[in-house]
Amino acid sequence: MSTPLDAVFQKVRSENRAALIAYIPAGFPSQSGCAKAITALAAAGVDAIEIGYPYSDPVMDGPTIQEAAEISIKGGTNAADVFSALKTASTAGVAAVVMTYWNPIEKYGVDAFAKSILDNGGSGVITPDLTIEESGRWLEATTKHGINPIYVVAPSTADARLAQVVAKTGGFVYAASVMGVTGARNDVSVDASALVSRVKKATDLPVSVGLGVSTREQAKQVAAYADGVIVGSAFIKLLLNAKSEQEGLDAITALAKELALGVREGR
Amino acid sequence: MSIQTSEVLGHFGQYGGRFVPEALIAALDELENAHNASKSDPDFQAELAELHRTYTGRPSIITEAKRFAEHAGGARILLKREDLNHTGSHKINNVLGQALLTKKMGKKRIIAETGAGQHGVAAATAAALLGLECVVYMGEEDTRRQSLNVARMKLLGAEVVPVTSGSRTLKDAINEAMRDWVTNVATTHYMLGTVAGPHPFPTMVRDFHKIIGEEAREQVIALTGKLPDAVLACIGGGSNAIGIFHAFIQDTGVRLIGLEAGGDGVETGRHAATITGGSAGVLHGTRSYVLQDANGQTVESHSISAGLDYPGVGPEHAYLHDIGRAEYRAINDDAAMAAFALLCRTEGIIPAIETAHALAGALVIGNELGPDATLLINLSGRGDKDVQTAAQYFGIPL
Repeated sequence: MSTPLDAVFQKVRSENRAALIAYIPAGFPSQSGCAKAITALAAAGVDAIEIGYPYSDPVMDGPTIQEAAEISIKGGTNAADVFSALKTASTAGVAAVVMTYWNPIEKYGVDAFAKSILDNGGSGVITPDLTIEESGRWLEATTKHGINPIYVVAPSTADARLAQVVAKTGGFVYAASVMGVTGARNDVSVDASALVSRVKKATDLPVSVGLGVSTREQAKQVAAYADGVIVGSAFIKLLLNAKSEQEGLDAITALAKELALGVREGR
Repeated sequence: MSIQTSEVLGHFGQYGGRFVPEALIAALDELENAHNASKSDPDFQAELAELHRTYTGRPSIITEAKRFAEHAGGARILLKREDLNHTGSHKINNVLGQALLTKKMGKKRIIAETGAGQHGVAAATAAALLGLECVVYMGEEDTRRQSLNVARMKLLGAEVVPVTSGSRTLKDAINEAMRDWVTNVATTHYMLGTVAGPHPFPTMVRDFHKIIGEEAREQVIALTGKLPDAVLACIGGGSNAIGIFHAFIQDTGVRLIGLEAGGDGVETGRHAATITGGSAGVLHGTRSYVLQDANGQTVESHSISAGLDYPGVGPEHAYLHDIGRAEYRAINDDAAMAAFALLCRTEGIIPAIETAHALAGALVIGNELGPDATLLINLSGRGDKDVQTAAQYFGIPL
């Protein structure tokens, strides 16, 4: 099986650079605003987009993404909106995946969720609270529909465990750069490069680093050792702080262009 | 046929398990290993037993509630007095066990969530006793409802962090505690207060509370010469209930009845009766029954009792419900408060409002079973913390 996401990583590998991956929750800052933001990010040079399916109890997320998720849930975002955002992204020419906690998937129907990802041009799903032990039905569904099951690993993940997790993973391995929740940080810790090299010993899959990246300089640093650089909270903060929708779109476009330069300067 | 009571790889039937960020797996494995080792470690067991004898005040006594029983169809009513434990509830059983495990694991800091404040007070107490740093997360809404317990925790040296995200109640306090844990897991133990959360918490917390049922089973037999007909307990997360149920699970003639918080009535949607009014789902790291909407978003729970005001429930209860070994019923706020008042006036015992749900259940079940029946009720906590809420409810000026 090969997804648009797999193709993105082949392409960036051939260009000897890292991929830029942006995160935005569906329904944020509004349903129409989200579609515009996705289109703007794609036009500004991001290689892939993670569409968040906001969940009421996001234990892996810091205050910025929590706030965006609350806005989205209050706006009534449901699975149909998530799939619609996915379609917007894939139509705009970028690889698109969904990132969500497990309960919304289970409630929607495990097989049906995987099928809807495929049907809307999506490549896979990042499941930050789904452990490999609980993944039986999910992996059946992702295999059946040919989408990437993307798992998150952390600095605390021991090598033996890491080997088990990456063996179940498709698309890329999501390396959480620090022990902690999502949110922009001044330093993307030294843990990140150490974790990436441990992951690379365990698998040939691309490895992307998330948690904390917000500037071109940080993107450049991470791109030196990782195959993908994931940026979420920094974009969301710009949208939250913007005085108008257009100002927000302009701001994320400018940041995405900077970051796109950053991921090309790392090597 | 014996009923499968212990978990299989962290599961109770289709419930339980681990739905957590990978960052926490190492800590959960470490905790599971420490808990398993402690079960066969005579020194650990002796230390915990000694603490219970000289600090908690165990064994807790059984009180026969004869005047209260007149309102319960004449059934014999026996109260297991967990309210007489140090700190005023069953919660101390679990925190002393977990605090000893924290020391075994070489960690110096504990974090805890609390709703009514009972677990937070217990955690702060254990931390003070064993010299651990303690941070308690509490929904901002609950810090107002239970300001007395906030002061108690502070007096005991704990830091209380009001949680302002989401519904600002217990569910959000757990989210915030888990975020802290993900960040500080190397130095910190998460002292979860109920039989929910990822494996090993549901099993471990049950193991620390099962002493309630083990004592009560012997005490009831010594007093009455037989097993009780029914064992009743209130259910929020379900720790006091699993604690008293567990020793009776193989006694299939003994009915096990959990009383959930019906709030304004399950039919109104404003309740915390997770098994009665919820559906299977995942919340806070475990699969169990959950109050959720059509999209799998958690629905806010409602109860006059802060300690039962939680949209989830322990996975072992979900399993006991599905296999038919335990029954779960909802008790509305008004029925709970009526039973609260009745116990005060007939027995001179002010129960926690949580516990009053079990007492209200006893009034119903007693009338169903009649005067020959014996009911054992877990009097899980005392009501000092609820005086303000009760005074407000009954119109007593403060």
